[in-house]
Amino acid sequence: MTNGKSIGDTLLRVDDVSVSFGAVAALTDVSFEIREREILAIIGPNGAGKTTMLNVLNGVYQPDHGTMTFNDRTYTRMRPSEAAEHGIARTFQNVALFRGMTTLDNIFTGRTLKMKSNLFMQAIYWGPAQKVEREHRQAVERIIDFLEIEEIRKVPVGRLPYGLQKRVELGRALAAEPKLLLLDEPMAGMNLEEKEDMCRFILDVNEEFGTTIALIEHDMGVVMDISDRVVVLDYGRKIADGHPDVVRQDSAVIDAYLGVAHDAA
Amino acid sequence: MTPEVGDALKRLDTFPKVLLDLVGKRPDGVAIREKDYGIWQSWIWREVAEEVRALACGLASFGLERGDKVAIVGDNRPRLYWAMLATQALGGVPVPLYQDSIADEMQYVVEHAEARFAILEDQEQVDKVLSVKERCPRLEMLVYDDPRGLRHYRESFLLSIDEIQSRGRKFHADHPDLYLREISKGRGEDLSVILYTSGTTGRPKGVMLSNDNIIVTARNANAGERIRNDEEILAYLPMAWVGDHFYSYAQALLAGYTVNCPESASTVMIDLHELGPTHFFAPPRIFENLITHVMIRMEDATWIKRKMFEFFLDVAKRSGARILEKKPVPPTDRLLYALGNVLVYGPLKDSLGFTHIRTAYTAGEAIGPDIFDFFRSLGINLKQLYGQTEASVYVTVQADDEVESDTVGKAAPGVELKVSDGGEVMYRSPGVFLGYYKNPEATKETKTGDGWVHTGDAGILGEDGQLRIIDRAKDVGRLNDGTMFAPKYIENKLKFFPNVKEAVTFGDGRDYVGAFINIDLDAVSNWAERQGLPYTSYTDLAAKDEVYSIIQDHVEQVNRDLASDSALAGSQIRRFLILHKELDADDGELTRTRKVRRQTIGERYDQLIEALYSDGDSVSVEAKVTFEDGREGFIDADLKVRNAAVTSLRATPVETAELSAAS
Repeated sequence: MTNGKSIGDTLLRVDDVSVSFGAVAALTDVSFEIREREILAIIGPNGAGKTTMLNVLNGVYQPDHGTMTFNDRTYTRMRPSEAAEHGIARTFQNVALFRGMTTLDNIFTGRTLKMKSNLFMQAIYWGPAQKVEREHRQAVERIIDFLEIEEIRKVPVGRLPYGLQKRVELGRALAAEPKLLLLDEPMAGMNLEEKEDMCRFILDVNEEFGTTIALIEHDMGVVMDISDRVVVLDYGRKIADGHPDVVRQDSAVIDAYLGVAHDAA
Repeated sequence: MTPEVGDALKRLDTFPKVLLDLVGKRPDGVAIREKDYGIWQSWIWREVAEEVRALACGLASFGLERGDKVAIVGDNRPRLYWAMLATQALGGVPVPLYQDSIADEMQYVVEHAEARFAILEDQEQVDKVLSVKERCPRLEMLVYDDPRGLRHYRESFLLSIDEIQSRGRKFHADHPDLYLREISKGRGEDLSVILYTSGTTGRPKGVMLSNDNIIVTARNANAGERIRNDEEILAYLPMAWVGDHFYSYAQALLAGYTVNCPESASTVMIDLHELGPTHFFAPPRIFENLITHVMIRMEDATWIKRKMFEFFLDVAKRSGARILEKKPVPPTDRLLYALGNVLVYGPLKDSLGFTHIRTAYTAGEAIGPDIFDFFRSLGINLKQLYGQTEASVYVTVQADDEVESDTVGKAAPGVELKVSDGGEVMYRSPGVFLGYYKNPEATKETKTGDGWVHTGDAGILGEDGQLRIIDRAKDVGRLNDGTMFAPKYIENKLKFFPNVKEAVTFGDGRDYVGAFINIDLDAVSNWAERQGLPYTSYTDLAAKDEVYSIIQDHVEQVNRDLASDSALAGSQIRRFLILHKELDADDGELTRTRKVRRQTIGERYDQLIEALYSDGDSVSVEAKVTFEDGREGFIDADLKVRNAAVTSLRATPVETAELSAAS
């Protein structure tokens, strides 16, 4: 992990964020930071608040209180479109692609925010629109090449096996050229070979593009292998934060995973 | 440039000289394309020459000397082909390796070839070589094409092709004469390439081919096959295989045609369709896969399309090959064929990427006549050739008007061909290899003092000069009367019938040939259903008289084929039986790759074999079977043994045989 990679300053800082749904406190006073060019894993047992955390990061949920500081600007609330404009892209736990559209078109949709020429020009495919379209296609092709999905370029994604759909989804997130990439269980439901492939792509994205990555994952082997740092949530609170080897030994983490007898008193 | 250098460069006896000549003649012709980022990117000859020079000068600056070996590993990439040219320009010897070999296999070849440099496609290949580098003490430097994932590798001896080339450009500016001077030193008799054969037994052997070997053979082939400079080919076969070295390198440079590199190994079929090559080479299994693909898609087609497809396929079967060979065809068929071309054959060829094919070849193993005829009936000029690495590929090739599914053609231009007394095919040609690298014993065993090469294949050379490959020489036996017995040849003929799944023939040291037949359950049960023939199980179906009758027809058909051949007429099948169970790898009767284990079968079914060589017309068996769940059981059955009619007529007209096979 340390082969020449230089982890930079804080890219995003979360301060005392709390989210509750009615009486259920999903997150309570969670603070952590994501540093430039690192791979951060957010782990925790079921219902620990991992996905809620990710939803806060890209603006789907508004925190009840607490702030986020991204690129030296502090927000108390950020709309999803703002998050996208600022360079936060994500994938979803359940694949969320346009099933009837081809791989190529799905990845193209990831470029929407970068498309500046006006609709009319695009419709008649003339003038600057032609040039812009060509540039976008080039960017999309680079991603297709990177993710080694050339052979499914023109296949509707609904026909693809699950592992490949996940890869296409990653491709769409990459198309936005994000500064911060949020991956919600990128390896869920995959077989061993697909998992290994996905691990390699995540590492390569991080290494080749210098993209900062925050991911949620259940497979501890994967987490310990690829992440630079691990944040552990349990019942909506952060219980540990640090290097994988340190977190692995942490007694609070072991308790959270293996379970301890809660005093019923 | 001194006059001597200039004169030496005019002798086109090495590939770098041929490249310089091409740049002089057709600087703007497209040399090579690679599909990258979804687009076919191309390089013209002038650009290729510059890239090769930069690479060669870069390698020279790192000390590559004449005679040094350079391992090249990867998929078909333009820069790897250029690496071969750059190596040869400096008098080095490229050694392409199979890209899917595991690290240990690579270590053996790299070490055996004494390679000083390795030029590798990507991280995968770099990792493999790094893992065994300690056991390759002569290997000094690794060069890679695709930098992905290699950014953080810190090894000082690991460089990218880009770095080598930019150093080479500087080096060339400082030493402007060096490049051409080095090329001018190359001679036709010099070692050009070492191709390691993937020996089925023991370690691979390095076949040394000289520039003359390859250049003369490729020139002959280009002239004989009327290869032009506007051919388009797809380079998708492994670079370490002599076939690719010949089609994508030697023939391409000598004819000056365009080589196209696919986007990735998994997109070959898509790229084939987009490209529509004019010249195509594939082993039989690729053609088989294409047909299966078409048939599966047709199953899903609408009723009317399927009917149309079947109707016109029948028309094609009747007259397509004859039209291709410009033989007489009834006018109605000619008309129907023209209509079929618009409705079926044209679109089908288009979807396969075969619209522009002028010549296509298959080689490597026997191709099923149905598959072969299918492509020819569509008007695709598919031909067979027979070759070996040791011969710089070409030994025989079929002429356009003499294509048969069971021959491999006449001796190629410049090739002398004979069959030894032992029945082994031997040849002598300008392409005959120099020897096996560092293995004089093997060279002596294979190549005689006066240049004849033992192929290890048993074959028959017809009076018309057509060669037929029968079997591996070591599998061929003799009947008691001395007639040659080629088990695999006869078994293949039987297996080409869809109703026959597997066949085992006996005859070595016997009075006549006998056969075990395994019926194909899918095909035969389908037939039985259409006939309204009830049956309870595989064993029951296999024992039906009706089934025996159709199999007997097949056997007698094979006998008629054999009878038309004087050398094999004596090895017709006299008696056969249909086995009561499928030969199965779980029972050890087949290998995992579905090759028959003769020994096991001989031991297990000795009663049955005795029955083939006695007079009785039935035999009872009790055979042990292993069920899928691992339990063992016994099957009792009374097997019938049938006599098959033997055709004594030699030279049954081939036409009749063809027609009855088609009907």
